[in-house]
Amino acid sequence: MSKMSGAKAAVEALLREDVDVIFGLPGGTNMPIYDVLYEFQGLQHPSSNEKGIRHILAKHEQSAAHMADGYARASGRAGVCLATSGPGATNLLTGLATAYMDSSPVVAITGQVPSRMIGTDAFQEADIVGMATSVTKYTFQPLSVKEVPHAIKAAFYLATTRRPQPVLVDIPKDVQLGEGEVEFPESVDFPNYRPLPDPDLTIVKTIARMILEAQRPMILAGGGVKIAGAYRELQALAELLVAPVVTSFMGKGAFPENHPLSLGCAGMHGSERTNHLLPECDVLLVVGARFSDRTTGKIEEFCPNTKVIHVDADRAEIAKNYRLPVVSLVADAKKALMAITREVGAGIVSGQREAWVEKGQEVLAVAVTEYDGNGSSLSGVETIKMLRQILPPKAIVTTEVGQHQMWCEQHFRVIEPRTFISSGGLGTMGFGFPAALGAKVARPDVPVVDVAGDGSFLMTENSLATSMEEHVPVTVVILNNRMLGMVAQWQRLFYNRRYSAVELGKSPDFVKLAEAYGAEGIRVHSMREFEMAMSKALRNTVTTVIDVPISPEEDVLPMIPPGAGLKGMMVG
Amino acid sequence: MSQDAQLRIVSALVEHKPGVLFRLSNLFRRKSFNIESIAVGPAEAEGLARVTLTMFSTYDQADQVMKNLEKLIDVRSVEPLDAKSAAVRELALVKLSPGAPPTRPEIMNYIETFRGNVVDVSPETLTVEVSGDPAKINAFINLARNLGLTEVARTGAVALSRSMAQKETQGKW
Repeated sequence: MSKMSGAKAAVEALLREDVDVIFGLPGGTNMPIYDVLYEFQGLQHPSSNEKGIRHILAKHEQSAAHMADGYARASGRAGVCLATSGPGATNLLTGLATAYMDSSPVVAITGQVPSRMIGTDAFQEADIVGMATSVTKYTFQPLSVKEVPHAIKAAFYLATTRRPQPVLVDIPKDVQLGEGEVEFPESVDFPNYRPLPDPDLTIVKTIARMILEAQRPMILAGGGVKIAGAYRELQALAELLVAPVVTSFMGKGAFPENHPLSLGCAGMHGSERTNHLLPECDVLLVVGARFSDRTTGKIEEFCPNTKVIHVDADRAEIAKNYRLPVVSLVADAKKALMAITREVGAGIVSGQREAWVEKGQEVLAVAVTEYDGNGSSLSGVETIKMLRQILPPKAIVTTEVGQHQMWCEQHFRVIEPRTFISSGGLGTMGFGFPAALGAKVARPDVPVVDVAGDGSFLMTENSLATSMEEHVPVTVVILNNRMLGMVAQWQRLFYNRRYSAVELGKSPDFVKLAEAYGAEGIRVHSMREFEMAMSKALRNTVTTVIDVPISPEEDVLPMIPPGAGLKGMMVG
Repeated sequence: MSQDAQLRIVSALVEHKPGVLFRLSNLFRRKSFNIESIAVGPAEAEGLARVTLTMFSTYDQADQVMKNLEKLIDVRSVEPLDAKSAAVRELALVKLSPGAPPTRPEIMNYIETFRGNVVDVSPETLTVEVSGDPAKINAFINLARNLGLTEVARTGAVALSRSMAQKETQGKW
């Protein structure tokens, strides 16, 4: 037991969780916490011998939350954001919803008006606990100093275990200022919430038998594989079975996309051949995926003659979207894949599925084409293919949301773990740039590139100030069609080219915009110039914004039109 | 399990603290399910409350509700119940303002038939307490519409599983 203020207790509790960075913005009700953080002022890279917390000043709380999210996805650890009450807290909500949909462990700390004023519509009061309940796993509002350490400890525990999700801790200002005897718990316990048990062996044996009896087995990997860090385990099982692997968009990168068994992504903007092959498998092992409408197309036409096995960490995902899995297993993806691999191991007969694998590889050959070096005119697709050629496999790519994001799905091969970060569930425009900054803070050793559209980038471009002032250099590649491109594409395809409110016009000049912040702006006019700009960007010590003008008519194709099934893809 | 929409009962043991009922009802709102009735009160152990709620839903919808309720950190346990596997009771207070006729003795007869009690009486009004399974309450309220019914307050169903119910009917709809 020791006596300290609630603010001090909060920061001490964060240090005990090995937090080394906070993304935040100060305001009236979180000032006591900022006063404690003052002692770490100027800290760049906390290390084991110098304990401390680096603070990254965001220019908008939504960006602070996205930065924490990007940090979490790049590092596999919880990301922390800090905001004041009222508007500071409500600005976090989009970021929390984004992290919630994509199962990312973000811990948000908000200041709140003094406890005696809660409910009085005090200045900058918002019922953030009520508002955030739908987009968090849990919310805490400690009402005394001694509750603070437990709330923070529990927030990290809940955010990072089972299915990771954001957790909010809302601390009234009087609790931050108040002094009290505090104890820092070594662990916390919730009777109805325990870490996932080991996979049920009976079910594992059933799954193994089904896979072994299959003629045409396939694996569909989702984001859960990445969250569980089950990259190697997935590869081991796929190779043992010689089973092709498709991923959902969130699962992109769960399996190396240059692997002979990789079929890339299935779904709305997946590859046409992959979408056609998927319903032909007789047994489909789905791991860590939730059968999102973007992955399955019309659910009734998703693998109608296939025995589907569903493995997920969240029991509520079983039979939520896909109603009829033959077998389901609630387990951690890593442990489940290991257990299944062990069971399958002994029973393999070699050579029985060669024809199937050959068919899969034909698909692969068509599914992903590489940049052929002949593209003289700039296009979204060619730029992304070239980007893959330029970037080392360990480089991290984030995306905004829209056409550029789907071109990445189709044409950017992800090879190494935790190198592709995108808002798949909520589809949050403005996510990619701050997420790139968060990822760069987590991994200063690798290049980080935000592939952006002009519309998305404009939503959080003010994070350029953060990237400059906090020395977090990344590269932004803007595929600039002067359109809200994906909406324009849908208006072109489904609304008789009635372009309603999608033309963005000439402003801003992204080169000048970058320069206004002190960053470097480069406009390119050919693939060759793009290549040169990228190589400059990778050497730059400041953030580089590359403006790539492309045609406003370039579509993301193929696509499954809304309401159609996997086999109903539009090609052109 | 039946896929038809029907009235289903869920009994949940939850932490007895602020915000829990909000999280629970928020779940129903998010999933766009309607709660038919909800009753909450302290449970057998200190710090716990029992929530009995009824909803009109298909099996799939109810299954989703159960799984999501179980996910709530503050929910200790959830149990699906139905009229066969559980004792289900509800209490209602019904205020009558009988003109003439029927006469009071006639009304008293009806109340007796339903094993109701008169809990308040004035020259103009009469408040009756009835309890039993929700169908019985419905029947009394329907009858009371002809007896000058002016106000109704119902607790919503409370339920506990029957100890002697056959094992295979427990925990299933």
